[in-house]
Amino acid sequence: MPYIPHTPDDVRAMLDAIGADSIEDLFDEIPAHLKAAGKLDALPEGLSEMDVTRLMNERAAMDAGAVSFIGAGAYQHHIPAAVWEIATRGEFYTAYTPYQAEASQGTLQVIYEFQTLMTRLTAMDVSNASVYDGASGLAEAVLMSLRANRKSKSRKVLVPAALNPRYTSATQAIVENQDVALETVPFCQEKGQTLVDSLKPHEGEDFAALVISQPNYFGSLEEVDALTDWAHANGMLVIAVVNPTAMALITPPGEWGAEGADIVVGEGQPLGVPLSSGGPYFGFMCCKQKYVRQMPGRIIGRTVDMEGKQGFTLTLQAREQHIRRSKATSNICTNQGLAMTAATIYTSLLGPDGLTNVAAHSHANTQALADKLTAIDGVERAFVAPTFHEVVLTLPKPADQVLVALAEKDVLGGVSLANDYGMANAILVNATEVHSEQDLQLFEQALKEVLA
Amino acid sequence: MSETQLIFQLSHPGRSATSQAPKALSDDKLSAIPAHLRRKQKPALPEVSEMQVVRHYTNLSSKNFAIDKQFYPLGSCTMKYNPRGANRAAMLPGFLNRHPLAPESHSQGFLSCMFELQNFLKEVTGMKGVSLAPMAGAQGEFAGVAMIRAYHEARGDEARTEILIPEAAHGTNPATAVMCGYKVREVPVGKDGDVDLEALKEACGPQTAGLMMTNPSTCGVFERQIEAISKAVHEAGGLLYYDGANLNAILGKVRPGDMGFDVIHMNLHKTFATPHGGGGPGAGPVGVSERLLPYLPTPMAGQRDDGSYHWVDSDTLDTSIGHLSAFMGNAGVLLRAYFYARSLGREGMIRVGEFSTLAANYLLKRLEAVGCTAAYPDRRASHEFILTFAKEAKELGVTAMDIAKRLLDYNQHAPTTYFPLLVPECFLIEPTETESKEALDEFVDAMAAILEEARSEPDMVKEAPFTQPVRRLDDVKAARELDLTWTD
Repeated sequence: MPYIPHTPDDVRAMLDAIGADSIEDLFDEIPAHLKAAGKLDALPEGLSEMDVTRLMNERAAMDAGAVSFIGAGAYQHHIPAAVWEIATRGEFYTAYTPYQAEASQGTLQVIYEFQTLMTRLTAMDVSNASVYDGASGLAEAVLMSLRANRKSKSRKVLVPAALNPRYTSATQAIVENQDVALETVPFCQEKGQTLVDSLKPHEGEDFAALVISQPNYFGSLEEVDALTDWAHANGMLVIAVVNPTAMALITPPGEWGAEGADIVVGEGQPLGVPLSSGGPYFGFMCCKQKYVRQMPGRIIGRTVDMEGKQGFTLTLQAREQHIRRSKATSNICTNQGLAMTAATIYTSLLGPDGLTNVAAHSHANTQALADKLTAIDGVERAFVAPTFHEVVLTLPKPADQVLVALAEKDVLGGVSLANDYGMANAILVNATEVHSEQDLQLFEQALKEVLA
Repeated sequence: MSETQLIFQLSHPGRSATSQAPKALSDDKLSAIPAHLRRKQKPALPEVSEMQVVRHYTNLSSKNFAIDKQFYPLGSCTMKYNPRGANRAAMLPGFLNRHPLAPESHSQGFLSCMFELQNFLKEVTGMKGVSLAPMAGAQGEFAGVAMIRAYHEARGDEARTEILIPEAAHGTNPATAVMCGYKVREVPVGKDGDVDLEALKEACGPQTAGLMMTNPSTCGVFERQIEAISKAVHEAGGLLYYDGANLNAILGKVRPGDMGFDVIHMNLHKTFATPHGGGGPGAGPVGVSERLLPYLPTPMAGQRDDGSYHWVDSDTLDTSIGHLSAFMGNAGVLLRAYFYARSLGREGMIRVGEFSTLAANYLLKRLEAVGCTAAYPDRRASHEFILTFAKEAKELGVTAMDIAKRLLDYNQHAPTTYFPLLVPECFLIEPTETESKEALDEFVDAMAAILEEARSEPDMVKEAPFTQPVRRLDDVKAARELDLTWTD
C-alpha cells in the first residue's frame, strides 16, 4: 500500500484495541446512502514511483527546449545549486508553520534573516514573512493602506495603467468585495511612464494611496521622487511595487522623495525561485515602522528564553486570523515559507556585489537585445523612457502573429500587448544574465526571418 | 545546542561567493540609467563565502522538527509523509523552466497534468467543476465565498449579508467571510460535537448568504445531521461551503458533493501530501456544484476536441470571479499533488480515509487507556480527535501547553493546542495514515510518562522543554520591544 505501513497483523491488533470488527465499522456514523462506494471509477489505477516519474518526464520534456525572452513579472535567473539543495532538506521541506517555537528555531531564524534582507534591499523599516505572490501582495497592500491612512476616509486607491495588468486584475478580484475601488492613472504614450501631470486632475481628491511601480510593466523607470512627493502632498500613502533584482541598482522605495514610500510589495521570484509555471513564488511586503500593526501576514521577532538566551518567535499575532478571527487584518494564515527560504539563501550567496552584477548584466543584455532587434527594418522601441531589464518594441506586423511564428522556431519572443493595451503590434521582451550572445543572435535571426 | 549566529554576523567586507554571480560590468554599460534613479549605497547584504552559507543554513535546518524526523500529530494539519518522488518530478527541468506565459504550443505537457488533476479532484469530491488557481487553503476559502457572493448578485439577491459559521470553525472562516464583505454569525455546537440544529434553523433567513463548515468538524467527529443542515440552509436560499481541512478523513469514503455542498476548497498540502515547507506554499483548489460553475476563478486547463489542451481564462469565462494571483497559482505544488494522485490511484485514495481513521481511533483508545480524557468519548473519532486536560490543569496546575512543551523533550511534535476554542485545555490530535503502529505506541508511551510526571513533578513539566535549542521564549518581550530586523 503506497505510503501506508500497516500489515494485516497491525490492522487486526488496532481493530481489537478499538473494539471494532472491521475498518468499515469506523464509518458507522456516516449515513449509509451517502457513502462513496463505487463512485471513484474515473480515477486511474495507482502507479509505482518509476512509472509516474516516467510519465511526468515525458510531459515535462514536451515543454522544454525553447529559448525564452518572456518576462512580464517572472524572470529567468541563474539559481546556485546550493539554494534548492538546502531548501528541500527534509528539515525545511517537511516542517510545519513554526507555532511550537522551541522546535522551530531553524525556520524562525531564517524568517528573521529574510525580514532583515528585504528591509535592507528596499530601505524600509520592517518586513513580514512573505505573502502568496506579488499580485496578491498588492491586494493586501491596498487593503492595508485603507487601515493605515487615518487621514483619509476614502476606499479608493490610484493605480497606474502602466502597472502589470495581472496585478491590477488580481487586486481588483480580491478587494472589490470590500467596496474598494481602483482608479486608473494613464501613462504617457511617448515615454511609457506615469507622469505627475496625469495625476493633477486628482489634486485635492481623497484617495487612500497611490501605487507606483518601479520599473513599470513596460520596463520603464518611473520618476519616483516626484510621484511620491505628489502623493504625500495630497494626503495619500505610497504603495511601491518593485522588482527585487532592480533594487541592487535603482533607488530603493525607502528613499523615494522626501519621505519615502509607506508600503512596499513585490514579486520575490527573481531571488532564487524557478519560473515553474507561475508558482510557488512569494510576495514580499515591507512598511514603515509606524504601520507594522496594520500589516497582514506572519511576523517574526527576536526575543530571549527563560534563561536569557536569544530566540525567535511569532509576534504581533493579535493581527492574525487564528487569534482575531473576523477582526483579523487578513484571512492569510501561511507564508510561502519554502520559496522564502530559497530567497534567503540566494540573497546571502549573491551578496551586495553579486546581486548588483546580476542586475547590471540583465540591464546590459536587454539593452543589447533591443539594439539588435531595432536594427531590423520596422522594429522600434515603443517608448523613450529609460528601462531596467525589459523593453517594449513595436513591430511591422501584428504581435500575436509574430510570436506564434517565433515559437515555431523555438524562440519565445516575449508577451504581446495587443489584448491588455490595444497595442496590436507591440511586444514586451526581457533578457537577463542567463542569456548568452548566441541567444540574442538567435532571437535576432529568427525575428528577421519572421518579418521578412 | 549552541546559539547560531545570524548570517549578518558572519559577513566580512569584500568576501563573496565569487562563482555564483557574473563578473562586474564597467559603469558605462549602465549609462542608460539616469544618475538620479541609481541607488547611492549598495544594499547591506551579507558578504560571505559559499561554504559559510551552506553550513549556516544546514545548521539552522537542524533546529527544526519535521515530518522527516519526528511524529507530528497536528490536528487539522494532516502531517503525512511527503513523497520524495513528487518533489523530484515537480523539479524536472521542463516543468521548472516553463514560463507561466509560455504559449500553449510549449505547454502541452504541463497543461495535460493540470487538466487531469482537475478531473481527479472532481471525482474524489463529487463536484462538477474544479479550479486549481487558489494558492492556499485561505485563498480557496476566499474564492469559494466570493463565488457564493457572485451567485447571489447575479440573481439580484442583494439582501444576503450574512455567513453562518459553527463556533468550532477555523479562524480563517470568519476572516474570509469578512474579506468577502459579509457579516459573520456564529452557530453554537452541542455537547456531542454536532451543530445545534435548532439554533441553526433559527439563524437561517433571507439574510443568509451561506454556511461555512468542516465535515468531519474540527471537533474530530462526523457531523451526522449534515443532510438536515444542508436542507435548512438551502431552503433559506443560502449555499453550503465545505472547508476541506479535514478531507483526509473521508477521502474515498464519502464525497462533499454527495452531502449537498455547493462549493469546497481542498488543501493539497494536507490531503495530497505536498510539503508544508515550514509554513507554505500550499495550494487550495476549489470545486463547485453546477450552479457555481460560471464563477470559478481563472485560469483553468481545458481540452479541445482534438485532444490538445488550452487555458480557460476570464476572456472566455467572463462571469469568473477572476484571477487570484499574477499567473495560475502554485503550479509546482499542483504537480506534486498530481504525482501523489497518480501514485495512489483509485484504491490508494480509498485507503487514505480508511487508514487515517483507523490510526486515529486506535490512538484515541490507547490514550484513554493510559488516563487521557476524550472530549467526545461517546463518538467515533474521524481522522482526528480531541483530548482535554481541564482536570490536570485544575488539580495539578499542569496545562495543555505544559504537556505540549514536554512532548518535545520526548522527541514528539506537540499536537494542535487550544483549538477548537470551545473545548478547554485541549489537544487536537491527527496521526495520519502514514504513521506505523510503533510510532503511535511511542506517542502513547510518552503521554503516559508525562501524565505521571504531571502528578509527581508538576513544576518540572511546567518548565519544559529542556532539550530544545531554546527554552520557553518571552513572547511578551517579543511583542512589547519589537525586534523584527537585525542591526549590525
